[in-house]
Amino acid sequence: MSNAEAKTSRPLSPHLQIYRWPITMLVSILHRATGIALYGGTLLLAWWVIAAAAGPAYFDVASAVFGSWIGRLVLFAYTWTLVHHLLGGIRHFIWDVGAGFSKPARDNLARANIIGSVVLTILIWIVGLAIS
Amino acid sequence: MSMRTPLSRVRGLGSAREGTGHFWVQRLTGLALAVLTTAFIVLIVALAGRPYPDVARVLGNPFVALLMILMVGAGAWHMKIGMQVIIEDYLHGHAKLIAQIANSFFSVAVAVASALALLKLSFGV
Repeated sequence: MSNAEAKTSRPLSPHLQIYRWPITMLVSILHRATGIALYGGTLLLAWWVIAAAAGPAYFDVASAVFGSWIGRLVLFAYTWTLVHHLLGGIRHFIWDVGAGFSKPARDNLARANIIGSVVLTILIWIVGLAIS
Repeated sequence: MSMRTPLSRVRGLGSAREGTGHFWVQRLTGLALAVLTTAFIVLIVALAGRPYPDVARVLGNPFVALLMILMVGAGAWHMKIGMQVIIEDYLHGHAKLIAQIANSFFSVAVAVASALALLKLSFGV
């Protein structure tokens, strides 16, 4: 009857696709996503130290891969991923000590996380390319 | 209705008997990694584009090798319990069990393989 009709037409809570993402939500998801990427990225780190341990011939192979344009692109993304997750961890430490919970503080921390990760990544690469 | 006092429930550390253990270790390893990965980034920037003998010598330096092995160990632990949370969120039943086993194996294998390579460089064998 009318009761059943009311049940089917009642409003549903908004889902991801139609939700206007607060910046804190974006950064929270990025923290998890970068964590997953770093998990896989440890293979690159392991490969690099294993190549170094294997000797000069194999190390040169790894160096050529990392030094290619696609290798550098991956390493650039890896750098940003690591820096973003690192800054995200510091954001969590700030919360852990009980600070940064107000609405403006939360948003500022999220913005600092994103902007800081991009700026630091670019700085690391400028220094790296300048001295290599 | 439970007759247990709140203190007794806390001492019991919950049904998994681990209490807030993972929460704490995630932060402890995170703190270590904040320092160690920063040192690692400095190291990588310094070694970028350098020839093999330089890289092998620097990685074989006991102090550098120590920092790298600590980073690999803390990193494996951090990512193992981090991935465990993600698996618990999204997977259930058999898939969850298989993923948790794979997670443990992968984390330990990556850490031990990296540590072995670093020890080999360090001992120069």
